[in-house]
Amino acid sequence: MSLSEFFYMGGYAEYLWPAYGLVLAVLVYNVWSARHALKEARRNAARRLQMEETRS
Amino acid sequence: MWIWFHKLASPPHFYRIAGRVIPWFGWPALLLILFGLYGGLVLAPMDYQQGEGFRIFYVHVPSAIMSMFIYSIMAVAAGIGLIWRMKLAHAVAAASAPIGAWITFCALATGSLWGKPMWGTWWAWDARLTSELILLFLYLGYIALRSSIEDPQRADRASAVLALVGVINLPIIHYSVVWWNSLHQGSTMFNPGAMSIQMKWPALVMLLGFMLYYGAVLFVRLRAEVIRRERNAAWLREELGQ
Repeated sequence: MSLSEFFYMGGYAEYLWPAYGLVLAVLVYNVWSARHALKEARRNAARRLQMEETRS
Repeated sequence: MWIWFHKLASPPHFYRIAGRVIPWFGWPALLLILFGLYGGLVLAPMDYQQGEGFRIFYVHVPSAIMSMFIYSIMAVAAGIGLIWRMKLAHAVAAASAPIGAWITFCALATGSLWGKPMWGTWWAWDARLTSELILLFLYLGYIALRSSIEDPQRADRASAVLALVGVINLPIIHYSVVWWNSLHQGSTMFNPGAMSIQMKWPALVMLLGFMLYYGAVLFVRLRAEVIRRERNAAWLREELGQ
């Protein structure tokens, strides 16, 4: 099987590649967004602790 | 056992353990998904009816199974949180919802991309498709309900009730192809003999990869939830280096 045949996917390329691309994009995005949420939570918690310190 | 359980549920302990297990889920997940992709796109033979187009199977079916699997975990966690008032269980439910919603979206979108060439339509108001769409709305409703209630404990309880009520949709999705005359084909994954093992194994590898992936992302989100719920504790100060 040649590479162009592989990408052609027996004529289903226009449906198949978007499906795979979408799923992979969602998987990558969810990793990013979870890590972002953790970073944000840590930043907010640090800010809260600092504010409590300056108040007391 | 109970002592161990309570220790695990204590925020600082859980935060540390979660941090340690994430790579043990994440790296195998990446390897399995890559292997599953190779198996599904290259190694598996093509279908005699659907040709190469059937290969959408390898992303569609694992996504669809995961959309229901994650909802089950979310509902069980919400139930445990309601009955035993366990904050960590509510955190598991809350952390699962966005992942589940995205995976459900994947199942619907890849199904649509598969339906167009095979059925000639992107969408039909068919029992399987409609109940899966309702699953997406359940996830989104759960997320919206949580974010609309400011008090975290009330948000936990109200959203847990919604998650539990939504469980009724799971058997409907699963049996929709049996109960109603559906456009959607019946189950091939769990029906012995419906599919040869050469065709099936990449989907199983992919499914296992998706499960570990869910575990990894869940633990990252859980760490965020634990920090969000913690109020001015000494360990947090230490953890954040203050």
